Amino acid sequence: MPDNQKFFHSVYLDTDKCCGCITCIKTCPTQAIRVRNGKAHIIKEFCIDCGECIRHCPHYAKQARFDHMDALENYKYKVALPPPSLYGQFNHLDDINIILTALTMIGFDDVFEVGAAAELVSAETRKYIAEHEEPRILISTACPTVTRLIRIRFPELLDNLLPLKPPVEVAAELARQRAVEKTGLKPEEIGIAFISPCPSKVTAVRDPLGITNSSIDVVLATKEIYPLMLSAMKEAKNNPMEYCLSGKIGVGWGLTGGEAAGILLDNYIAADGIENVVRVLEDLEDEKFQMDIRFVELNACPGGCVGGVLNVENPFAASSKLKHLKKYLPVALSHPEDFPQKTDIALTDEITYEPVYMLGTSMLESINNMVRLEKIMRVLPGLDCGGCGAPTCKALAEDHIRGKGDVHSCTELLRRYYLYGEDAFEELEEENSL
Amino acid sequence: MNSNDSLHFQYVVSKDDFTHAGSASSDVKNKLKMMNVDAAAVRKVSIAMYEGEINMIIHAYGGTIDVDIYEDRIVMCLKDTGPGIANIEEAMQEGFSTAPADVINLGFGAGMGLPNMRNNSDEFNIESEVGVGTTVTMTVYFSS
Ligand code: SF4
Ligand code: SF4
Repeated sequence: MPDNQKFFHSVYLDTDKCCGCITCIKTCPTQAIRVRNGKAHIIKEFCIDCGECIRHCPHYAKQARFDHMDALENYKYKVALPPPSLYGQFNHLDDINIILTALTMIGFDDVFEVGAAAELVSAETRKYIAEHEEPRILISTACPTVTRLIRIRFPELLDNLLPLKPPVEVAAELARQRAVEKTGLKPEEIGIAFISPCPSKVTAVRDPLGITNSSIDVVLATKEIYPLMLSAMKEAKNNPMEYCLSGKIGVGWGLTGGEAAGILLDNYIAADGIENVVRVLEDLEDEKFQMDIRFVELNACPGGCVGGVLNVENPFAASSKLKHLKKYLPVALSHPEDFPQKTDIALTDEITYEPVYMLGTSMLESINNMVRLEKIMRVLPGLDCGGCGAPTCKALAEDHIRGKGDVHSCTELLRRYYLYGEDAFEELEEENSL
Repeated sequence: MNSNDSLHFQYVVSKDDFTHAGSASSDVKNKLKMMNVDAAAVRKVSIAMYEGEINMIIHAYGGTIDVDIYEDRIVMCLKDTGPGIANIEEAMQEGFSTAPADVINLGFGAGMGLPNMRNNSDEFNIESEVGVGTTVTMTVYFSS
């Protein structure tokens, strides 16, 4: 992957397919989409790559950027990092080793399960909780969509983020070490490829939070690897190798509540689906949970990572299959004490607030603009119809104040002007409030 | 606009409406977040005001909240025409509660309302008359 880019986004618009229907503007949890001149635009500062617009666009115009297999060509030794959610994509499967073996048949020299690294992260989380007695509630940093949401909307909660790397980064570091040990090649000759369930994790590699650089070289999409694997699986079934290093805890990370179960405490909250995530964060911010909670696991996708938009299988079916697969596994197969490779699991960089929704650069300017906003809001019809291309009347008013939109694009007021000659903005224009 | 002018909002809190409890404080919080107010102040305001809203619903049959935002501070004035508080000093003690049992079952009314409001504001004033109502004024200063 090229150098880090701030506000890089995996999610983008295929302009040719977009017909400007405004379906997506309502589904975006951060109000990042506007339709202008008949096409959707994503405001890059607001977008958190949750993939909701991909999930909902009826014309398949919202897409995700990711790498393809040819990105691995220049590496001498190629290692695949399959996440637990990948195991839920296949039918009639009783053994994870079949999937891992199939990966070695489609062009990878080795596999390193993200689930194995997840068990190490679970152990580290337990240690962190035991060592930090303070009542601070810890919020998981495994779903990058959630971390991104917190950094633009919930600055007060940044201190609550669990300062540990997500399992996928830990897996990449350990996989590279193991490959160097096995082959004697230089670290940069090893290509580490993550098979992602979601655009958010593609973004997390290009523009990581909490670490300076990602250790992942290539990010593939589950939906693109899936057909290649299907044909290899038939043969892999006959002679599966013994690769599997993850147990119930590691595999469980693909499902909502799985990470929380790995801390072996019961005072946790686990929520999935972006709307539920927002609700929990709002209540956490207001200290509304009057109960004993130590840990909060949040997954942007319904059901957890099995619900990621780059997957193939229905999230609920995938979830059922994962449960079946982990049923007969031991609790955990990877333990920090005897794991042959070691790495530091702590985050290295601070995650800081991005005040993207600010109305002004100073308090005075903000107050003035808030006054204007209130005045404009009194004039706008309050229908939130989306006709102007903004998701709500308030979003249009804010765009206007930020110089990014114009309240005159309100279609309802245009209609009234056309039919009845009412000029709703006359007064505001006269007193220079627009 | 000069620095003594304020931005004014009024919220009406209705009686027994637990499902919408917190809507006024969350609206104020979201406004402050767009206005360069430091995170610590936003947090104090939203906790103090949320407690106030809940108090109004539990004890006071609803009321109104007037919010004024200045360059350096926010003033929240919560007014109700409820039963009033006979012994303010006692009501200000942590753990003292007169909430009805059905409300306590909802998880509210632990007797932390008024103390929490005071602990989360920089200036706190309460006036109450039995049979007339209660007015609580809270000020939180922003750090520049
Ligand atoms: S990916 Fe999510 S945040 Fe970004 S534009 Fe789409 S819906 Fe909005
Ligand atoms: S829940 Fe999992 S799949 Fe969905 S955005 Fe978060 S990390 Fe990606």
